[in-house]
Amino acid sequence: MDNESQYSGYSYKSSHSRSSRKHRDRRDRHRSKSRDSSSRGDKSVTIQTPGEPLLDAESTRGDDRDDNWGETTTVITGTSEHSISNEDLTRVTKDLEESTPLECKRFVGPALGGCLSFFAIVTPLAFLILPQVLWRDALEPCGTPCEGLYVSLAFKLLVLLISSWALFLRSPRATLPRFFVFRCLLMVLVFLFVASYWLFYGVRVLEPQERDYRGIVEYAASLVDALLFIQYLALVLLEVRHMQPAFCLKVVRSTDGASKFYNMGHLSIQRAAVWVLDRYYSDFTVYNPALLNLPKSILSKKMTGFKVYSLDESTTNNSTGQSRAMIAAAARRRDNSHNDYYYEEAEMDRRIRKRKARLVVAVEEAFTHIKRLHEDEAASSPKHPREVMDPREAAQAIFAPMARAMQKYLRTTRQQAFHSMESILTHLQFCITHNMTPKAFLERYLGPGPTMQYQQQSGRGRQWTLVSEEPVTSALRQGLVFSLRRLDFSLVVTVTPLPFLRLGEEFIDPKSHKFVMRLQSETSV
Amino acid sequence: ETLVKLVSQQRIEIQKLRQGNNLILGFSIGGGIDQDPGQNPFSEDKTDKGIYVTRITPGGPADVAGLMMGDKIMQVNGWDMTMVTHDKARKRLTKKNEDVVRLLVTRKSLEEAVKQSMGGFPRP
Repeated sequence: MDNESQYSGYSYKSSHSRSSRKHRDRRDRHRSKSRDSSSRGDKSVTIQTPGEPLLDAESTRGDDRDDNWGETTTVITGTSEHSISNEDLTRVTKDLEESTPLECKRFVGPALGGCLSFFAIVTPLAFLILPQVLWRDALEPCGTPCEGLYVSLAFKLLVLLISSWALFLRSPRATLPRFFVFRCLLMVLVFLFVASYWLFYGVRVLEPQERDYRGIVEYAASLVDALLFIQYLALVLLEVRHMQPAFCLKVVRSTDGASKFYNMGHLSIQRAAVWVLDRYYSDFTVYNPALLNLPKSILSKKMTGFKVYSLDESTTNNSTGQSRAMIAAAARRRDNSHNDYYYEEAEMDRRIRKRKARLVVAVEEAFTHIKRLHEDEAASSPKHPREVMDPREAAQAIFAPMARAMQKYLRTTRQQAFHSMESILTHLQFCITHNMTPKAFLERYLGPGPTMQYQQQSGRGRQWTLVSEEPVTSALRQGLVFSLRRLDFSLVVTVTPLPFLRLGEEFIDPKSHKFVMRLQSETSV
Repeated sequence: ETLVKLVSQQRIEIQKLRQGNNLILGFSIGGGIDQDPGQNPFSEDKTDKGIYVTRITPGGPADVAGLMMGDKIMQVNGWDMTMVTHDKARKRLTKKNEDVVRLLVTRKSLEEAVKQSMGGFPRP
């Protein structure tokens, strides 16, 4: 399994030119400097089929993708306040970061890909230049047709460069556990292609010092054409094929049952996993471990108070029979725990509503204390000098009256782990700067937002584990189930195909819409 | 509260009366599968498309035989009348070669029938 296999795709490197290589170098340098501050989170999906090691020692396929990738490390984002404190969290994260596998493995991929693409791009130019350099005098002069070919070659190369920049030069958003099959295929194809062209060139042109320059130019042009076609193939395989929806995926979070349905096209399991995770971060509300189970006080009354006596001496210790008997007896016993649950829920709702009302009033009132100073008001009367504040200070000034109400509300809705005082102040400052109303400020706290809202912008990626009974490079099909596991919860994904639609046609003449009054006749007989 | 509706089935035999060229029975019918059942004042279930007796000519053959207003006619001489059009029902009742029609009717309890004939009835 290759962690950097994603680099291998888009292997159609022929599109990379020297200029993009420069970008890549610059970006590599930049990346090594500011690794932690890359703004995009990275998701690394590692496979876990039982018995296999997580990291394979196989060499990576390079890909032309350059880019930055945050490291793939394990980050604990479980926010259960009972088990781990903030200090512990940072300490553990640091430990894990230090012990991640070496960086160079991740760069081998893009480096290889970059080399291949550079090689592919330079090849046609080399084909043209080598004869000129080596045996210029012996070459037949080639006038207008060659110049025409030069022009077309130049434009084709330009198109190749621009389109690969547009399509393939993007930072990969995930590292996949196994090879990305299509990408590997394309890279191998490009390599074979270019290698075979070179072979032919070496044997037929360089050896005998071929004098027909026009033929050489046409040969180079044919290589560029072929590269363009490979790019077309890459476009279709990597970008277009999976656009047409074919399956409906149901994604359910194992801890609280939050679920969503997504339509997607033909993809392999690992690519589908990445696709689902992309949408997980913005569609699913954040996982709050504090909101999960019924309190023990409600559930505890079930199984106590029964003892089982076996009257039949000859039977062996039938424990399952005993426990089943106990469960049946407990179920038959009249218990009112549902009543407790109902009243507790109602009480909790009432409490939340009360705190929310206090919070809303406090915030509204706080917002009335400040107002924006316009430019023309700056030169107001010197008799009543007003202290002019920047947004941060204004936020701090009005935070005090609402702080208590906010804290109580967050505690009641068990969200206090997600919002620190600093983050609330920052958000308040943001809202003030953008002229938002108190309601807009509170939007963030009154309901659980998508997980994306709570992500710390670290360069470290998010570690997910793909658990599947089938090899993860196999395509999606009906009835497939796989799950994406994180430390404290998992997403279970079920695949069903979209139904085949038989669309029929019925033509309605616009003049055929006619109406009558309803009948209520009475007939005498 | 639960309402108990008493329903009785009656067999009523009506002798047709000759009036000129016609044989008349002395009542009017409403309903049918091609009619609007919501307008039927006599039916309990407003989707009932059966044939109902809407008027009785006092002193006529139907009145004499004991037919009452609001009765639902289930059968006429053995023919089923629960799923017929209005015109079909009329035809079955006015066959020229029959002098006697034997109806199977369903009647709600006497009290209900009296209430309806008095005119007011808010339907739940």
